[in-house]
Amino acid sequence: MMAAPQAKMTANQEYLAGLHLPDGATWATAARGAALDRLRAMGLPERRDEYWKFTRPDTLTQAEAPRAALFDNGDEAEIFDGVERLRIVFVDGVFDAEASDDLTLEGVRIERLAEAGQSDIHWAKDTYGVLEERGQTPVARPLAALNTALATDGVLIHVMGAVSKPINLIYVHKSETSDAILHNLIKLDSGTEVTVLENGPAAARFNKVMEVEIGDNATFHHVRTQGRDHERRAATHIFARLGTESAFKSFTMTANGVMTRNECVIELTGDDAIAHVAGAAMGDGDFHQDDTVFITHDAERCESRQVFKKVLRNGATGVFQGKILVKAGAQKTDGYQISQSLLLDGDSQFLAKPELEIYADDVACSHGSTSGAIDEDALYYLRARGVPKSIATDLLTLAFLAEAVEEIEDEGLREEINSRLEGWLVRRRG
Amino acid sequence: MLEIKNLHVDLEEEEKTILKGVNLTVEAGKVHAIMGPNGSGKSTLSYVLSGRDGYRVTEGSATLEGVDILAMEPEERASAGLFLAFQYPVEIPGVGNMTFLRTAMNAQRKARGEDEISAADFLKLVRAKAKTLKIDAEMLKRPVNVGFSGGEKKRNEILQMAMLEPKMCILDETDSGLDVDAMKLVSEGVNALRDAGRGFLVITHYQRLLDHIKPDVVHIMSDGRIIKTGGPELALEVEKNGYADILSEVA
Repeated sequence: MMAAPQAKMTANQEYLAGLHLPDGATWATAARGAALDRLRAMGLPERRDEYWKFTRPDTLTQAEAPRAALFDNGDEAEIFDGVERLRIVFVDGVFDAEASDDLTLEGVRIERLAEAGQSDIHWAKDTYGVLEERGQTPVARPLAALNTALATDGVLIHVMGAVSKPINLIYVHKSETSDAILHNLIKLDSGTEVTVLENGPAAARFNKVMEVEIGDNATFHHVRTQGRDHERRAATHIFARLGTESAFKSFTMTANGVMTRNECVIELTGDDAIAHVAGAAMGDGDFHQDDTVFITHDAERCESRQVFKKVLRNGATGVFQGKILVKAGAQKTDGYQISQSLLLDGDSQFLAKPELEIYADDVACSHGSTSGAIDEDALYYLRARGVPKSIATDLLTLAFLAEAVEEIEDEGLREEINSRLEGWLVRRRG
Repeated sequence: MLEIKNLHVDLEEEEKTILKGVNLTVEAGKVHAIMGPNGSGKSTLSYVLSGRDGYRVTEGSATLEGVDILAMEPEERASAGLFLAFQYPVEIPGVGNMTFLRTAMNAQRKARGEDEISAADFLKLVRAKAKTLKIDAEMLKRPVNVGFSGGEKKRNEILQMAMLEPKMCILDETDSGLDVDAMKLVSEGVNALRDAGRGFLVITHYQRLLDHIKPDVVHIMSDGRIIKTGGPELALEVEKNGYADILSEVA
């Protein structure tokens, strides 16, 4: 009998076998080690994986980050420039103390993971990687486990009282070959409220996890833009767990980017909680953007809304995978999910996989997904009033995105986003 | 003002001729009405003049103050002073009524080489004009025509007309879907715009609108042609006897 030939390790397996944890013993070591074990057990995402059917994972998983040219914003003001905020800057994943504000702010304790890791005990010890691990079932999210295992920096935000201004994480991209991993952990004590803003392309390749633990009656606002660097790649995960009567409201704008995968995993574990997650994406050419959302209702009378809108042109690709899981006992659940694309030409494509899985018998869940072109009647009506075709098209495009943008509660932030969306369109006017 | 000569129009999608030689001249300061049975080509005429897709002009011309409008884009026709009040105003979710009005006004001004209207002046103007049409602040804020009743949509059309101050106004069955009070309101809005420098072409099925907007000239359209032209009494004749008599008379 011949011995079976030793199976050759794939590039992914080889890469995983070669990974080791960051140096130094800290409270995070155990969590990192567990995450690495998780990662090795599940393996990196492969093209054949059902969850990666519409998005090729290879450039996100290969050992080296593909080169990404830098984008010159010119003299355009930084987004959120007009907003009174606390700025925390990372350049290619490395904290920039000079460019950042002092991290002291009333009502909140802000620390860097790199520094908090030095202390023996820390509140984050019982939290770091916990929501990420919970989010690994029923669907594996290996890039998030990789992040928990390897991230050495990020911010830890503990909200304990009233916070006077938004906390803005700014991710600057300066190196064409940078490969950044950041892990942010946010904990809201009961009854508190905070707004976290994020902006910027971050790196040639960016792997980011944000874990958000929201206490009873607390409210978390999140507005993010992912930068205009077109060649950059990003795999981001948000894991949130909501307590009783708490609220989670997240909006993401993605304009440009050859590879963006944004996953959002939300667990409604307290009664009467509200989770809204929305996105507006605009892509041109080899743009590829994927929103993958998984919302679990595990308490009574909770409300969830998913609103995703994508404007695609010149062969751009948009993906939406959204799921609402209503567990047995999550009665009076109100779930809503809409994903729509506006295809500005015949070459672009929108791939959508909306899913509902319901085990409770007294719930209201609705979902819809559409792909369409500009409404010709509306276009004619606007033109008949003197609005040139290009401006009318832009106006209708912004109108299409409006339902997603309106999920941002703060009017100033909403206007800021709208002006960026409009700018993107104006630059492409034919 | 508006001069239409021997206008022939086919549908683009199918081999069907809708207009078969329309001749019509509307002078500045005059109100012309076009009446006619369903399918006579009245609405097609309004769409062709305003530049809607789907029609092919095979013969003839249409000029506004001597300028050929058929070669223009819809927005150029609007900036040149042509306005069509739609029979079915379009709902545009996501675009606020005020934004829409201001964008339209400024686009036209820009096209004519004029300065844009300031936000403050615009607001003052729109509030004043809206008030006379009983359009409240709430309606101005809502997305264009979304959730408007039939009457509100038509009042909104007249508001746009009042704001844009066109030279030539075409009203396509503005009376359809209106109750008596709304018709009165809309008519008052139109009458307030009557002016020595402005022409009107009022398309309607029924004489009742013409009780409120008194025409100078009435045309009867049938099978793609103007078959009879007369004074206001022609409309009364239609009201009394229907179209059958006139049709048989010219046949």
